[in-house]
Amino acid sequence: MSSELTELYQQVILDHNRRPRNRGRLPTANRVAHGDNPTCGDQCHVYLRLDGDRIAEISFDGSGCAISQASASLMTTQLKGKTAAEAQELYRQFHEIVTTGKEPEEISDLAAFAGVHAFPARIKCATLGWHAALNALKGEPAPATTETHSD
Amino acid sequence: MPSSWNSLRDDFPILHQQVNGKPLVYLDNAATTQKPRVVIEALSHFYERDNANVHRGLHALSMRSTDHYENARSKLARFINAQAPEEIVFTRGTTESINLVAASWGSANLKAGDVILLTEMEHHSNIVPWQLIAQRTGAKLRYIPITGDDGLLDLSQIDRLLTPEVKLFAFTHVSNTLGTINPAAELCARARKAGALTLVDAAQSIGHMPVDVRALGCDFLAFSGHKMAGVAGIGVLYGRRELLDAMPPYQGGGGMINHVELFESSWKPSPERFEAGTPNFADAYALGVACDYLEGIGRARIKSHDGELAERAYRALGELPGIRLIGPPGERGGLVSFALRDVHAHDVVTFADQDGIALRGGHHCNQPLMKKLGLASTARASFYLYNTAEEIDVLVASLRRTIRFFGG
Repeated sequence: MSSELTELYQQVILDHNRRPRNRGRLPTANRVAHGDNPTCGDQCHVYLRLDGDRIAEISFDGSGCAISQASASLMTTQLKGKTAAEAQELYRQFHEIVTTGKEPEEISDLAAFAGVHAFPARIKCATLGWHAALNALKGEPAPATTETHSD
Repeated sequence: MPSSWNSLRDDFPILHQQVNGKPLVYLDNAATTQKPRVVIEALSHFYERDNANVHRGLHALSMRSTDHYENARSKLARFINAQAPEEIVFTRGTTESINLVAASWGSANLKAGDVILLTEMEHHSNIVPWQLIAQRTGAKLRYIPITGDDGLLDLSQIDRLLTPEVKLFAFTHVSNTLGTINPAAELCARARKAGALTLVDAAQSIGHMPVDVRALGCDFLAFSGHKMAGVAGIGVLYGRRELLDAMPPYQGGGGMINHVELFESSWKPSPERFEAGTPNFADAYALGVACDYLEGIGRARIKSHDGELAERAYRALGELPGIRLIGPPGERGGLVSFALRDVHAHDVVTFADQDGIALRGGHHCNQPLMKKLGLASTARASFYLYNTAEEIDVLVASLRRTIRFFGG
């Protein structure tokens, strides 16, 4: 097993893939967005219950590789209770982690995804759920597709 | 396996390298095959000695280049047993060949109420061009279903579906996802009896088995050079001559006209009518060399070699825990598709890549088929004449490690 591979598939990621958190439809959701990676068929729905500007509840469902499913699962644990602006800032940090491999100064579970940067083809897998969540926050009606994002 | 098979590997320079520190095991041949040295050298020799634009040129290089191009056409005609070189139209590949028929034949012959018959196992390239022309003409699409994971066409449905409204039946010879070898000659005969033309998508069969358009009895046949040891960017549309000569141009430009006036023009017959602009003459020449290379080995031998590997892989993979094999358990083309219960296809491909193994994972441009099978994606190992039984052992060992890693 190469070191790049164990770095990509860290225990945190394997754990979220095996036991996804906040998975399933959220009956109380007032925002929903769908993310789609047409090149590989990965799908992700993100459900939000916004309370004012704050994410009171969040869940996801869909199908895809371990990276996309674990990322969406971990994302839900990070975004719950955050405002839209805080969510944007977390995504900025996450995006930097997966594209540069640099771990953030503050200790964060998001750092588990640092290994993705060595596999450029998999960056879209890691960001799919985030794109859907940000679209849900914006009330964007169109599905988030990885084909219209720079990553 | 005769010992000469292993020496064939020496014909392919690309195979002799390490990927991620392991010997390359190239099992993505259904996407594109590797090229033998003779094809690579033919291409560089062409550009070093003979390059000039074809046709219309009166100087020595142009005549040489034209000879190479037209000889390649003749070779391709013999390769598929066409009646004449004029039945060979050079295109960019299978996709453009099918688009050409849909746009040209379709626009001249389809009207509201007509039906184009397809199958549920078609590649997107044999679905979307028909959707486009159906939208423009009012024709309808109809599909022959498949039987399930066995991936065979449900032929009990064919008489019900092949009604007089069916003007054309387009189907794949070998499925790129299932590995199914369709009974193409029988399908063409039944279509002909029902008064429908046939188009055979030979992308996955042309480099892997004898393909004889007269034995198949098809009206059109489409294939790509890069899946038969040739280079990418060149392919062929075969069409029966009287059909091609009755079809309107696909694109307009130089090379396809007899006379051009300001407000109207007249066309050359096939194949020039369908080759507007400077054709891809160098790659066509290299494709002719690829034909010679494959003929030197023998396509019947390649078929049995690829089939034996696929059979071996099907049996060995079947023993892995939590695996679902897709496609017919019996005779199959040189590929095996599978899904693992605990590991997504993209994770499978990433892990295999770390062991130097090139696989493909995804929907394989078969989204309707995937939906029918209830799958988002599969991983696929596809074989060619240079693959070995030992490489299948390497694949199986790698997959076992992957399954263990994900706790299967």
